[in-house]
Amino acid sequence: MGGIPSSYIVNRLITLVLTVWIAATLIWIIPRLSPVDPAEVMLGRMAAGGAFVEGSDLILEQLRERFGLNEPRWVQYLLYLRSIITFDFGLSAASFPTPVSSLIAQALPWTIGLMLLSVIITFIIGNALGAFMVWERTPRVWKVVIPSLMIFTAIPPILSGLLLMYVFAVQLRALPLTGAYGLTVEPGWTMEFALSVVEHGTLPALSIILVTFGFWTLGMRGLMITVQGEDYVNLAKAKGLKPRYILYKYMVRNAILPQVTAFALKIGLLVSGQILVERIFSYNGMGKLLYDAILDQDFAVIQGVSFIIILMTAISVFIVDLIYPLIDPRIRQATERTA
Amino acid sequence: MADTTQSSTQAGQPQATQSQLVPTTDSEAAGVVDTSTASGRFNRFDNPWLNPKLIWGMGILIFIVLMGLLGQWIWNTELVFTGSTPLRLPPLGFENLRGTPGVSEFPLGTDGAGRDLLALLIVGTPNTLMIGAIASLIGMSTGIFLGFTAGFVGGRVDDIIRILSDVMITIPPLLILVVFQSAFGDVSLIMMAVLIAGFMWQSPTRLIRAQVLSMRESGYVKMAQLSGASTMHIMFREMMPNLIPYLFGSFIANVTTAIVTAVGMEVLGLGPQRVPTLGRVIYDAINSGALIQNLWWWWGLPTALLAIMFIALLLVNLGLDEVSNPRLRKM
Repeated sequence: MGGIPSSYIVNRLITLVLTVWIAATLIWIIPRLSPVDPAEVMLGRMAAGGAFVEGSDLILEQLRERFGLNEPRWVQYLLYLRSIITFDFGLSAASFPTPVSSLIAQALPWTIGLMLLSVIITFIIGNALGAFMVWERTPRVWKVVIPSLMIFTAIPPILSGLLLMYVFAVQLRALPLTGAYGLTVEPGWTMEFALSVVEHGTLPALSIILVTFGFWTLGMRGLMITVQGEDYVNLAKAKGLKPRYILYKYMVRNAILPQVTAFALKIGLLVSGQILVERIFSYNGMGKLLYDAILDQDFAVIQGVSFIIILMTAISVFIVDLIYPLIDPRIRQATERTA
Repeated sequence: MADTTQSSTQAGQPQATQSQLVPTTDSEAAGVVDTSTASGRFNRFDNPWLNPKLIWGMGILIFIVLMGLLGQWIWNTELVFTGSTPLRLPPLGFENLRGTPGVSEFPLGTDGAGRDLLALLIVGTPNTLMIGAIASLIGMSTGIFLGFTAGFVGGRVDDIIRILSDVMITIPPLLILVVFQSAFGDVSLIMMAVLIAGFMWQSPTRLIRAQVLSMRESGYVKMAQLSGASTMHIMFREMMPNLIPYLFGSFIANVTTAIVTAVGMEVLGLGPQRVPTLGRVIYDAINSGALIQNLWWWWGLPTALLAIMFIALLLVNLGLDEVSNPRLRKM
């Protein structure tokens, strides 16, 4: 890992493990504080649903054994931790006997795809606008337009999503209202399918982008103001370098570094925002899976989805924390000095 | 051991500075939106608390609260019950798809279950704001306590508080709350607020801890220590007044997050089931296909009201930033 001090990595790693462990424990303890134990309810429901599935008695018996329902609580807890490490969340009660992990495996790519896409676009647009807000050669019009776009920052993505749905899907009928791809399209590596996915993904992605780019813009603006007054920028100007060259090579490259850490603090909010966007758009991701599970009171799925999303969030934060010292040598030196 | 604690404090540092940096740059940027002119700012008796953003934001919030408080006297709130009005009436001055015009009896229209939109907004808005305020208040108090403790006591206690807030800030509250609600079923408004508060203490804790650490070395605190002031005196009489704008800002930011979380829960169909909230109205609207049926007032009015509320909260936050950071005022 190059120059990153190992104590820094160990530190971040401990935070990651602690986060996942605390989340897993909370997910385990909470239902057990409830007067009705969802595990029992679930087994009952599975037994009812399993009447039509061959060999369901056997499956249920195995489940009972694996949950260790007759064992003391701490054994159950250890068994739970063991199964959650292996991504084994049990069986879905609503679509018995599908394992929860396979339901999640189907939904996860959609969520990750939508998220990566919207985060990358947001990052580029947001930082570009932030930089242009400060750059002295930006046309005046933009200096009025960009700040007024900031008002969207205050709104959570479900609200912007509803608005976009109404305007583009209901009124203009330009884009599809719900789903991740058309009902008539067969999923596969075909052009038709790809187009359908893009068409269906536009509105959900747009509703996230619209309300989150402002965060980057504001951060970038502050950082650019700081960079603008630096001596090396003045020197570059005095040398007669092209203004555009100064903007990209001298200002943006220096200002963009701390934006990466800002990202770590935002991931949690982004994830919950996207879950809700997926729910209102009935997008085939984790949000829809979670919402359907809530409707069906399918507790194993709720548990599994929550855990996976928290895990995803924690790992993203960890990765961002690791990237940061790689791109900013000052942090590296600061940690080395004290280590 | 001392070695690792040292480096861990350092490692935590970039994050801590960033979290402080973000609100500051926020307000700098929105300074452009500021309608006030530079004139008048030179008056040294000018009160920073009277900046236009703060006034506008607070004004809108107070209006919303008053609407809820006074509305209950003016308007018949019995109309929030299912079947108390005709179905799907549009707001006054509009026609619905069947061509029925709105009536003055239900000026904002009615929903698909026969409830008056105006009554729903009057009852639902204060509920939504209340969840935000209570959650943020509890989170804030916990944050102040933990932040001061961490900053003052230091050592092991500081380590534990810092790591715990680092860990808990990563977990998205929505998901733990979803697990909780699906295990427990219906919750009351207060319970919901308390649950959300469990995720609202981390950022004030970090903010106050960082501030206390830097203030502890400042002249006036050293002075107070030398003159034999008690720790309590230093905390509440010397340090606290300096923190007030930060605390307010953090409080408002937390109210926003708490409301976003609460609305998110309600849109997922969780949250209080028996009391109307804005999120609940939106949930009912989406589930009854109000979007496709062009019943825009049903989902649109609560959405617009929430959006206005969030914008007002943002304005208040930007205004408070100007109070705590005088450099921003000229922008």
